Amino acid sequence: MTVVDERPATPAEAPRRRPNRLLALLRNSWRQLTSMRTALVLLFLLAVAAVPGSVLPQRNISPEKVNEYFVEHPDLAPRLDRIGAFEVFGSVWFSAIYLLLFTSLIGCITPRMRDHVRALRSTPPAAPKRLDRLPQHAVLPLPEGGVPAIVEALRRRRWRVAVRGNEVSAEKGYLKETGNLVFHISMVVVLAGVALGHWYGWSGNRLLVAGEDNAFCNTRQQYAEAKLGPRVDSAHLPGFCLVLDRFEARFLESGQPDHFNATVTVEEPGKAPRSADFSVNSPLRLDGANVYLLGHGYAPVIRYTDRYGKSQVSDEPFLTTGDAGLTGEGLAAFPDANVDPKTGRRDSNLQVAFTGLYLPTAPEAPPYVRSQYPAERNPALNLVAYRGNLGLDAGIPGSVYELDERQIRTGKVKQIGDKVLRPGESWKLDDGTTVEFLGTKRYVTLSVRHDPGSGLLLVSCGFLLAGLMGSLFGRRRRVFFRVTTPGDADPAGETPTSGSSLVEAGGLPRTDYPGFADEFAQLVAAVGGGGRPDEAAGTGRDGHDRAGTREGTD
Amino acid sequence: MSALSDQLVTFAILAYLVAMISHAVEYALGNARRRYVVAQPARELVGAAVGGSGGTITKAPDPAPRVTGVEGRPVGQARIAGLVAVGTTVVAAALHLAALVTRGIAADRMPWGNMYEFVLTVTFVGVAGWLVVLAKRPSLRKLGLFLTLVMVLLVATAELVLYVPVVPLVPALNSYWFIIHVSTIVFSSGILLLGVVPAVAFLMRRGYEAGKRSFPYTLAKRLPAAAALERLTFVLHAFSFPVFTFAVIAGAIWAEAAWGRPWGWDPKETWAFISWVVYAGYLHARATPSVKRNVATWIAVVGFLTMLMNLFGVNIFFTGLHSYGGLS
Repeated sequence: MTVVDERPATPAEAPRRRPNRLLALLRNSWRQLTSMRTALVLLFLLAVAAVPGSVLPQRNISPEKVNEYFVEHPDLAPRLDRIGAFEVFGSVWFSAIYLLLFTSLIGCITPRMRDHVRALRSTPPAAPKRLDRLPQHAVLPLPEGGVPAIVEALRRRRWRVAVRGNEVSAEKGYLKETGNLVFHISMVVVLAGVALGHWYGWSGNRLLVAGEDNAFCNTRQQYAEAKLGPRVDSAHLPGFCLVLDRFEARFLESGQPDHFNATVTVEEPGKAPRSADFSVNSPLRLDGANVYLLGHGYAPVIRYTDRYGKSQVSDEPFLTTGDAGLTGEGLAAFPDANVDPKTGRRDSNLQVAFTGLYLPTAPEAPPYVRSQYPAERNPALNLVAYRGNLGLDAGIPGSVYELDERQIRTGKVKQIGDKVLRPGESWKLDDGTTVEFLGTKRYVTLSVRHDPGSGLLLVSCGFLLAGLMGSLFGRRRRVFFRVTTPGDADPAGETPTSGSSLVEAGGLPRTDYPGFADEFAQLVAAVGGGGRPDEAAGTGRDGHDRAGTREGTD
Repeated sequence: MSALSDQLVTFAILAYLVAMISHAVEYALGNARRRYVVAQPARELVGAAVGGSGGTITKAPDPAPRVTGVEGRPVGQARIAGLVAVGTTVVAAALHLAALVTRGIAADRMPWGNMYEFVLTVTFVGVAGWLVVLAKRPSLRKLGLFLTLVMVLLVATAELVLYVPVVPLVPALNSYWFIIHVSTIVFSSGILLLGVVPAVAFLMRRGYEAGKRSFPYTLAKRLPAAAALERLTFVLHAFSFPVFTFAVIAGAIWAEAAWGRPWGWDPKETWAFISWVVYAGYLHARATPSVKRNVATWIAVVGFLTMLMNLFGVNIFFTGLHSYGGLS
């Protein structure tokens, strides 16, 4: 946090025979970029550039909201999209700002690192000729032990001391610059950690319905949506399998969730299957992946018995609609229904599907469209039956949670009725087939992730914090002591040194440090055993802040 | 217990109000000190000061007739008013703390579960920080007028707008990181919000010392010296910035456990990032001699605005993963 700009230009480079204009331009641009002023402007730009990221919906956080925005602002949205306003944090301009900032940062700390290493290895500089010109100044009688006693007193206070004849120079507070550098290097490492996670990390989201039949094994195809880093090969995903055995959810009377717990059987390659629990805030940590519980809901178990007496069961999850009562909406499709067992011929116009709403706690009276409580107190399944070509055979990708609207519009699928079913109830359709609502299974929404950069992030954040404290609370300062014996030629010529030996002391805070006067006085008192700091010489030159001499953050 | 907490909040607001009025009285009486130099303009300044600090000060005209040409008495009265103000602030802070404690007991958890409780805690940290500053540097007492004004506004906003009944935590908040992350966020936010008081006071006082006598600068007539205010601004920010950094890092660690990623540009995270960057800019600017101190302080004020945006704006305008505000 100290001064970086106005570094004295190196005069040695000046006499050059043919000044290369390009080089000069580059050098000047580099100096400009690494100046504190530029860094401040870039910091400010970074803050401003982040604002649209919170105001506009972002594609990587809520893609559905981005789509809504496109619908609501058909004119503005494409234009915003072109400048990357829906992907602010990955956009060219945002990246440009932080990359420039980090370049500036590296350009700034590299020479400082060199200087600091040099400073750490060098001894404190020789005392200036006139100590009374320093911000702090005192004259005290020579302590009994002489110079070694002064050195001893300083060393005890962990000053770095150099003795040159009758002069003692001491310096302290290297921690400030060390902390400063550690902080800024940690910033670079944090960025590296983020980059590492981006390149080598992967994540996927999916629903997992309870029961062994619905086991999920970790492959790319098993995810509804997956993001793989550019350096991740989908063949190398860790091959674990999960079965959801149980899901518990407790709710308060108000419907507010109180407790979640998912129990799964985990099978990892080369290990025996084991049972594991995880929850919100305590993810399932596996080798090379973590599994997070994001949400939950109900999957109604629907059995359809076709006109040939053949039964099929669907336990597709009904996606929650976002209300507190966990109303679910979904589709149970039976594309293989009504296949004649004799001929084996499949009449695609006899395919059957049910769309519906599942209400864990249905209201007392219709309409049965909104659940009143998230637990199953009065479950009801509000089904609409369809028959016809569901359009699943065409190979056009569609949602497994919704019926293809085109098929309904074109009349290929016809609605044949609707009914509210309670668990165990069945409904005979017009063609004599039956549908039964057997009950529900729980499902959970999972996010499976692997971020190889997280460990690096954590460690660098620790260093960042430690460095930050050092740089904010460390203070570099120097003190000098000079023993003057009466016979010496006094360089100042006016110091009161007639009589016995005296020690002249001077103090120089190298950073803004209003408490330095106090520390200096204490130090002088400790060294001289009661010497008085020379008030008249000591005040008035300590920079700007004379009013508050005590630091609140010592 | 919950009802007791609500009543304590009301009493705390009233106590802050009394403290604010006492500070205003001190302010008004303090102007009498230089009456013997220019009599008329000083009186006008009283009006300006009263009007400028929110228009809520009604007691100011009352002691005015007692102002005499003699220097001693009104100054002594001003001192008494100031001490009364500090005393009431202490009482108000005690009531405030009691309200938080009873709220916590009623909810059987730390009282940081929703925005109402959050703002109550942040403001308490602010006032506690102010009392610490005051104990260390009594000469800054006159800043109390601005502080109590901010307290009345924020606590009353919490009580009137943000109030929600006591409910237990949602599972997402039920983690030990809740205590670590939220307590440090509350603490640093409180101190950073407190930091704006000397920052604004410095900007006004600096203008006043530079000879500006137009409206907002006249308020700074009785304020402590600009250098001391600037120093306090820096100390408060330098102290709370690492705490804020820690809180954000703790939040990232928690987010990794709860949401599967340490950082996801949720609106709250985005604004925490913005605040962090702005405050980092302030600290850099202040450490750079070529940047003027008032420019640096303006950056701190911008930081305060981003904090306000994060405290209120994000909960009200955006929905995100941090939507625990209890506002619908």
